[in-house]
Parts: sequence; structure tokens; C-alpha cells
Amino acid sequence: MTRDRRLAWINGLLLPLFNVLTAFLATAVVFLFIGVDPIKATKILIYGALGYDEGLGYTLYYATNFVFTGLAVAVAFHAGLFNIGGEGQAYVGGLGIALVALYINPALSAWILIPLAISGGLLFGALWAIIPAYLQAYRGSHIVITTIMFNFLASALMVYMLVHVLREVGQMSPESRNFPEVVWLPFVHDVFAGFGYNIAKSPLNLSILVALFFSLLVWFFLWHTRWGFAIRATGKSNDAAIYSGINPKKIIVVTMCISGALAGLVGVNELIGVQHRLFLNFNYGYGFGGIAVALMGRNHPVGILIAALLFGILYQGGAELDFELQNVSRDIVVVMQGLVILFCGGLEYLYRPLLIRFLAPIET
Amino acid sequence: MKNSHIAIELIDVDKHFGAVHANDKVNLSVKTGTIHGIVGENGAGKSTLMSILYGFYQADSGQIKVFDQDFISTNSRQSIEAGIGMVHQHFMLVENFTVLENVILGSEGGALITESLEKARIELTRLAKEYGLEVELDVAVEELSVGMQQRVEILKGLYKGAKVLILDEPTGVLTPQESDELFRIFEALKKQGVTIILITHKLREIMSITDYVSVMRAGKMVAHRQTSETNPEELAELMIGRKVLLNIVRTEAKSGDPLLIASNLEIHNEQGIKRVSEVSFEARSGEILGIAGVTGNGQGTLLKALAGILPLSKGSIEILGETISPKKSLNPQELRNLGVAHVPEDRQRMGLISDFSASESALLGYQNDKEINQGVWLKRSLVKANCESIMEAFDVRPTNPDLKSSNFSGGNQQKLILAREFERNPQVLIIGQPTRGIDIGAIEFIRKRIIEMRDAGKAIILISVELEEIMSISDRIIVMCDGEITGTVDAANADEATLGMMMANALPSDKQITEAQL
Repeated sequence: MTRDRRLAWINGLLLPLFNVLTAFLATAVVFLFIGVDPIKATKILIYGALGYDEGLGYTLYYATNFVFTGLAVAVAFHAGLFNIGGEGQAYVGGLGIALVALYINPALSAWILIPLAISGGLLFGALWAIIPAYLQAYRGSHIVITTIMFNFLASALMVYMLVHVLREVGQMSPESRNFPEVVWLPFVHDVFAGFGYNIAKSPLNLSILVALFFSLLVWFFLWHTRWGFAIRATGKSNDAAIYSGINPKKIIVVTMCISGALAGLVGVNELIGVQHRLFLNFNYGYGFGGIAVALMGRNHPVGILIAALLFGILYQGGAELDFELQNVSRDIVVVMQGLVILFCGGLEYLYRPLLIRFLAPIET
Repeated sequence: MKNSHIAIELIDVDKHFGAVHANDKVNLSVKTGTIHGIVGENGAGKSTLMSILYGFYQADSGQIKVFDQDFISTNSRQSIEAGIGMVHQHFMLVENFTVLENVILGSEGGALITESLEKARIELTRLAKEYGLEVELDVAVEELSVGMQQRVEILKGLYKGAKVLILDEPTGVLTPQESDELFRIFEALKKQGVTIILITHKLREIMSITDYVSVMRAGKMVAHRQTSETNPEELAELMIGRKVLLNIVRTEAKSGDPLLIASNLEIHNEQGIKRVSEVSFEARSGEILGIAGVTGNGQGTLLKALAGILPLSKGSIEILGETISPKKSLNPQELRNLGVAHVPEDRQRMGLISDFSASESALLGYQNDKEINQGVWLKRSLVKANCESIMEAFDVRPTNPDLKSSNFSGGNQQKLILAREFERNPQVLIIGQPTRGIDIGAIEFIRKRIIEMRDAGKAIILISVELEEIMSISDRIIVMCDGEITGTVDAANADEATLGMMMANALPSDKQITEAQL
């Protein structure tokens, strides 16, 4: 194996693996500290997330959201942009989905309405990213700052929309009326039941197929089209992009729109997939989780699928821990996530010099 | 330690970078109070050697003595304490700090800065008087000219107690007048007992200023000479390792119609500073037009405008039937489609993407070509096959389209870029610094290919800081100074002295302008 290939393996596989293991080790220490047997906790977590079909359903349902936001962050990253606004783009994307679901004639067929709703999410997510993108490209405002600010704006906008515009008359809580049944995405357990298999009910719905489809699409787009090439070239070298006749400003705007659109798909899973209405904070945490997922997944769709699954496991398994153990609260999930982000993101290259020294030394 | 006879002594210093043997058992001894030149081509190992002395790298083996003391430096602080100061080719100054602040950077001494600033002010005033290094102390460095910034670097070294000053290619960015000023400072420093090591590849400088000279070639120290007992011819031969200086056999140019006509160009660079004004010329088919000049006199900006990267502020360019003007610009893609190829000056940042594979780098600028795009689908197998075939045509080694661009040597990277630009059969070629920093073998290959393109009837515009390169392959030469054309000559009648005068805008007829600039 050439040194290049070895380095690729170290970067692509070993490094994330070591990082995750370290994060788990650190979690084990935390468990010991609060008087929980880490082995027992691990068993509960794994069983809770993967051991029975309801748990697995929940795990995959959480993972679906992380795939969308992970892809969003990754696409922007390839253009050299750090999109922290996934949270807001997912939120406003949800508005787009809800508007289609609530106001387009429900007599239309699901084959029209559901794609329309998905497009609504894509469009509104993209729209929410376009202003920060424009400001970055043409005015030099840093995208990290503007997208963070847009998260807050999204929050305010959605509260306004839900309290003053979409709330049902006579209803106290800030949420929309239920969507007509025709735009609901079928639950996986219902689909299975249709084929005669009975599995436990879970929120897992066909959005997972949408997530897989978009993973494939992103992969194809980034590595097998000239636009993806232009995006990656811009991300690696602005000068080389200009030299190649690529306009980096346009690339910034287009890429952020794609990124925002992908984040806008969270609502597909949450709204037309599970809750069937628009409500406050349905997006909570997935936008930021997407950053960790993209980091861990090395901004590659395959890596993102794996990382999203891991985060799904943590979400679902963590909930089980809370349920099963007296002295563990749901917050342990946040601790675990934090450690994963710390070791996979902040300390990403911790083991790199060591691994290179042993596995791919410089040949003299 | 002041009275030691030998300031720096290197014994069998050896340094590898991966497979590259950058310094191969190098021996050098520099006498105290002399100016010692080190010459060698790009990549001969000069800079590595000096970086070892300055603590940036550690030698793999060998011994270093500074004023007879054994010396191992692991960082620049230790080197400074031993009395070594370095002026890098690219200045290490904080642009928005004042001169005074820059000088005390790294030797602030204490939590409060006022005291050390005052101390430094007194000391610097003394140094400036002693060595003739007058600089205004309270001006931000960014407002100083390049020559002045260099003085600040020298002052910085002296303030930190340097007894030995290493200067890496100090005149590369200077005008001839600034260079003369620098040499005058060298003499003053020498009188005060400061030892100067001058790294350069310009033989003229070596001959005019140094006492001793050492020649490096391919990582080895090949000769030591007393400057008064050698001559440029001998040094050149030692540097290159063979007698004939890249003498490329070429036929007479058969120049045809002008393919590119530039009239009255005025161009601002990316920062909006006017770098080119009133430039007019034409490039004819079957001819190589060389553009000579000291780095930073507008050639780079001109090149970018010709390639569609920078817009024109005034004037127009007629190129292959299209006209570019301030109102109507063509982007690099449109120019490529017209048949204009561009080999950029900055190979690493613009010519390719070091993280991309060779085949992806070989796609830059041609990513929209119809042959490789099937609808939305970019056919990677075709891209790879294309890359492999152009790699073979230009002898790029290793012939592996999947290898990362950064893993090729400079010469092979450049060959890959040339292959990409030449193989699409362009009509006009805009080539910047085609052989900067690459090995002799590749240089010869590349120059031959450029001449082949000329013979095939292309119009070629060549920009190079190497006068020797311009003179050896161009048919016509225009010289730029301060953004303007200061002379046009036929290559056949060109001699280095006249071109040098033009580069400094110092030909007798232009005397008034020169004086006005001073």
C-alpha cells in the first residue's frame, strides 16, 4: 500500500474510530464518577437503541434528522463555508412544508402533495440561507456570524408565525392545526403491516428513504458533476477557482442555498413524517448536531450516514438510560454528545501524529 | 566571543526531507566581519541550510559552531541569543504595528510595554546613526516602501544583538536604487564588524558586494572562492554543473498576424491599487513576446488581466476577434473557449490545487468541456484517461492521475499545468514564470515545448523575472518598470546591460523620470 493510501485510511477511518472510542472511554469515566457501572450502562444503551424493533425505529428516526443536517453542513464545508445556520434553516424549512400541507388543496393526490411539501422545505431552507450567503459573497460579512444570527431570527419568526398566523382559533398552544392526512408520510410500521409483517410502532417513517436518496444525490453532485467540482475547487483554493473561470461569489450563494435546502428537510421527517402539525422548536438541536455529524463523517455522505446513526443511537439509548437508571437523567445524552464533539471535532487530529508515525512513516 | 576569527562554522551538516536530500554533508566557514555570499539555483539547499542555522529545522547530523561555541538551535530564540539574525525573503513584520513595535516584538521584557518602547527608541536611534539605517520609528510598517521594511528587518536583527546577519534573496523585491542603498548599508555593517551572509542566485550581486562566495548545487557545497579570484562564468558553471548555459537551439521566428493587440491598458490589482498604466503592445502568431521586469512592477497584474482575472480600468485588448474593454470583460472561461491558454505565475495557489488528485488539477479551467460532460454527469473515467495521456505527452512523473497534486515535484507540477494548457490547442498562450523553482532538466524540457508552440504558429506572451530566460527564448522583449513599458527591443539585439537599465527605467532618455521618482 502506498503512503498516500495509508494516509487516506488513517484520515478516513482510523482517526474517527479512535476519536469515538476515546469519547466513549471518557463517557465511561463520567459514569464511574456518578456511580453507574459503565458496562451496565453500555448494555442498556446499546440494547435500548438497537436491541428491539421499537428502539431501533426511534434510533433510525433520530438518525434521519441528523443525515439532513449533516449533509447540509458537509456541502457548505466543501465550498469552504461553515454553515452554523442549520438550526434556523431547518426551522424555516419546516414553515415551507407546513404552508404546503396546510394551504394547498388537500383533494390533490399524495403523489403531488408530498413532493410539493418536500419542495417547500427545500425552498424555504434555501431562502433562509440566501441572505447570509449574499452578505458573505458580496459584502464580506462572515458566514459563521450571520448564520448564527439567522438562527435567532428564525426562532423569532416562527414564534410570530405560530402565535399570530398559523395558530388555530380557540387554541392555546402555539401550533398549527393538523395537516390533512393525505400529506402524511407513511410510517414504516404501517408499510410493513401492509406487507403482512407486524413490527412495533415507532416514529420511523419513509423520510429515511428521502434521507438516503439525498445522501446519494449529494455524493453524485459533489464528485460526479462539474458543479460539484467547481464547489470543491472553490473550497480548496479561491485563486485556483477564479483561474478556472469559476465565480467564487456565485459558488458561495449557490452552495449555501443547497446547504440550507438540505437542512430544510428536517421538517419532512418531523412534520409530515411524525407530528403532522407545525409546532415550536421541532428542530431543536438537530442543526447543531449536524455539525458534529458532518465533522465525524468527514463531510462524506457515507461517513455522514454512519455518524448520523451513531448520534441516533446516542439519542435513543440515552433516553433509555434515563428511563432505566435512577441517577442518570436525560442530560447524559448531552454529555455524551459533548464528548463526541470534543474528541471528533475539537481534538480531531489528536492521534494523527502517532498513527502516522506507526502506520505511515515518512520514507527516507 | 567577539574576537573569534570564524563566525559560523558548519561541519558535515546533513538534512533530509523525506526522499529529498536537501543538504548533503555541507561544510562552510564564514570569517568574522566579512560579507559571505552563498549562491545556488532554486532548490539547491541554500534556504534549508540557513533555516537550520536559524533553528527552524534541525540537522539530521553534523556539527555547527557559532563563534567557536558548539551550537544546536531548536528555535529562533536560541539563534538570536547566539547572535544570529535573519532577514527572510518574505518579511516577518506585523503590518499594522509601528516600526518601534515591530522591533521590540519578541523582546518586550516585562508586562508593561512603555518602558521597553522607550529603551528601544534610544537604542534604535543610536543604531540608526551608527549604521546609516534611518527609519521613522512611529510609522506603521504597512506605510513603508519595501526597501524601508527591509531596513526594519535589519534593525530588528541588530537590536536583538545580531553579530551575524543572514539575508535571504534580499534584492528580489527591490528596485536597483534600493539595492544599491542596501549594499551601502552592508558596507557600513561590515565596518562595524558585523558578519553578513547573503543568499542569492544573482551573480552580479555576488561579484559586486561579497568578500567570499560559496556555491551550492543539489544539496552539496561544491566550491568556496574568494570573490576577487573568481568570475561570473566560473560561478555559473559551478552552480549549474555544466558548461553550456541552457542554450536552446531554435530557428528564426516566422511571425505572422497579431493575435492580441493591447492598447493603452490601465489595470488595478485586487487591492484596487493601480499597477499598470498606458501599456500597449501586440503579440503576433509564431512569436514569443517576453515581458521583463523586476518582480512587482506590474507584469503579474498585466498577466492576470490578459487572462481575464482582473478587469481593465482603461484601454482595450483585441484578442482572437473579440474586444475586451472596461465595459466588456471576458472571464477566464470565455477566454479559454476563445483559445487563450494561461499558465499562471503562482503554480501552487492558482495553477493547481494541492489537495486535488492530478487528474482533478488537470481539469481546472476545462471542467465544462463537452467531451467529458454527459448531461449533468462529469465522466471521471474520461478525465482520468485524458490526464494520463497528457501526462505521458509531457513526461510527468509519476504517471499516476490519482496521486495528490502536492506529491509531485515542482517541475512535474509545472509540466502538468503546461500539459493541461498546451494540449487543448490554444492560439494565444499567456505564460507566467514557467520555470521558477524547478530543476534544470524540467526547465530545458519546458522551454523546448514553449518554442515548439511558437513554431506551430501560436502567439506567446512570456513573463519571467529571470532575464536569462527572457533573453534565451523570446523573439521580442518589452520591459516594464513601475507599471509602464520602458523599452521594447528585438531579442537579437538585446543585451543584459540595456535591459537592466530599462528595468530600472534609467536609460539616458528617461533620466528625468528617474530623478522624479527618487
